[in-house]
Amino acid sequence: MCTTCGCGPHSDHHHDHEHIHDHEHIHEHEHTHGDQSHSHPHPHSHDHDHGDQHHHHDHLHDDAQPHQHSHDEAHRSKKITIEEDILAKNNRLASFNRALFKEKGILVLNLVSSPGSGKTTLLERTLRDLSGKYRCAVIEGDQQTDNDARRIAATGVPVKQINTGAGCHLDAHMVMHATEAFDLDQLDILFIENVGNLVCPAAFDLGEAHKVVVLSVTEGEDKPLKYPQMFHNSGLMLLNKVDLLPHLTFDVPQCKEYAGRVSHDLAILEVSATSGQGLDGWYGWLERELGR
Amino acid sequence: MHEMSLTQGIVDICLQHSGGQRITTVVIEIGTLSGVVPEAVEFCFSACSSDTLAESARLEIRRLEAQGRCLDCSTLQPVERLYDPCRHCGSYALEILSGEEMRVVEIEVDD
Ligand SMILES: Nc1nc2c(ncn2[C@@H]2O[C@H](COP(=O)(O)OP(=O)(O)OP(=O)(O)O)[C@@H](O)[C@H]2O)c(=O)[nH]1
Ligand SMILES: [Mg+2]
Ligand SMILES: [Zn+2]
Ligand SMILES: [Zn+2]
Ligand SMILES: [Zn+2]
Ligand SMILES: [Zn+2]
Ligand SMILES: [Zn+2]
Ligand SMILES: [Zn+2]
Ligand SMILES: [Zn+2]
Repeated sequence: MCTTCGCGPHSDHHHDHEHIHDHEHIHEHEHTHGDQSHSHPHPHSHDHDHGDQHHHHDHLHDDAQPHQHSHDEAHRSKKITIEEDILAKNNRLASFNRALFKEKGILVLNLVSSPGSGKTTLLERTLRDLSGKYRCAVIEGDQQTDNDARRIAATGVPVKQINTGAGCHLDAHMVMHATEAFDLDQLDILFIENVGNLVCPAAFDLGEAHKVVVLSVTEGEDKPLKYPQMFHNSGLMLLNKVDLLPHLTFDVPQCKEYAGRVSHDLAILEVSATSGQGLDGWYGWLERELGR
Repeated sequence: MHEMSLTQGIVDICLQHSGGQRITTVVIEIGTLSGVVPEAVEFCFSACSSDTLAESARLEIRRLEAQGRCLDCSTLQPVERLYDPCRHCGSYALEILSGEEMRVVEIEVDD
């Protein structure tokens, strides 16, 4: 079993990622671990050293190891204090991803929006414009189809599809395994197109540097107030389809003001993925983020 | 509906800590700015816990009021919505200090 994620053995499992365990123990209560040193059933080459033999893992509690918990004995029922974040497992794997991306020097962006705001179109254009400058890859989240992944593949960039089925968001575990499809040493930027949904993906950290929220001008200027979580959690807002503004009553300054209420330091760029308007600003933003 | 996957997470955490005993009570805390609707969690809980040791456990949801600090005037204050201005100076530059969390606090099991 993979001790990082708790999965059974995967046929095409790289264990590159198993060896950057600098993440910390999130649990607040005490655990006793059996002191097993870490071993993998399949041989693999490590591209860096680990100093310790014993890998200190955030465990997943699916082990049968005893936990020390406070026991408030009261009659026949026993209270067990847990104090555990419901998203702890996702957050732990997201920290793991983040450490891996940092080690590999990859800028990872999580593109979020409602359906049809133009994420894939924006990516197609960006990948073509930046080919030759940066080495990019894309993870495509979609409930059912691989349409977007095929559109990305046509740009010549490596792409990994994740079908979430009924799931309305990507999570860190899915992303962790999706990255196994890429040679991370050969990447500068990894774009993750999340499932089109302005609610659920807000809660799930994937290990990205930033969420980039794409809002198109056909959706109405009040969306930042209606879906505050998403805008609050994003580092950049791309206001897309500005080529359509002459045909609409969309109030750009009002929209920006609303977004600023929810996230006072949110960067906002006006772009059109189809006309190319404003994309230089987006590419400049990417360049600055890569330089960090 | 992500309350479903969150609630599955709640049930998983409870089962991992129940020591194989039947769970009678589950206490969770949900921050008012977590974006999670308590009623939806309640609704999902019976589905996620059925056929497990948490089946028919009583779910107690505690709401955690959010707190923020104004980055302009430093006033500490309760925050009801992410887009509310500072109650003191009207600035929107509020740093959220708490209220985004969701936590399993404790469970009670048969002994
Ligand atoms: N006029 C105009 N249309 C655009 C622009 N960007 C995207 N579109 C159109 O918007 C529609 C949806 O674009 P997609 O790129 O598929 O949107 P998406 O966000 O990837 O959609 P989902 O993956 O389904 O959530 C397509 O018809 C695009 O041609 C733009 O800047 N201007
Ligand atoms: Mg798309
Ligand atoms: Zn693994
Ligand atoms: Zn796994
Ligand atoms: Zn190792
Ligand atoms: Zn524990
Ligand atoms: Zn959802
Ligand atoms: Zn203030
Ligand atoms: Zn926040």
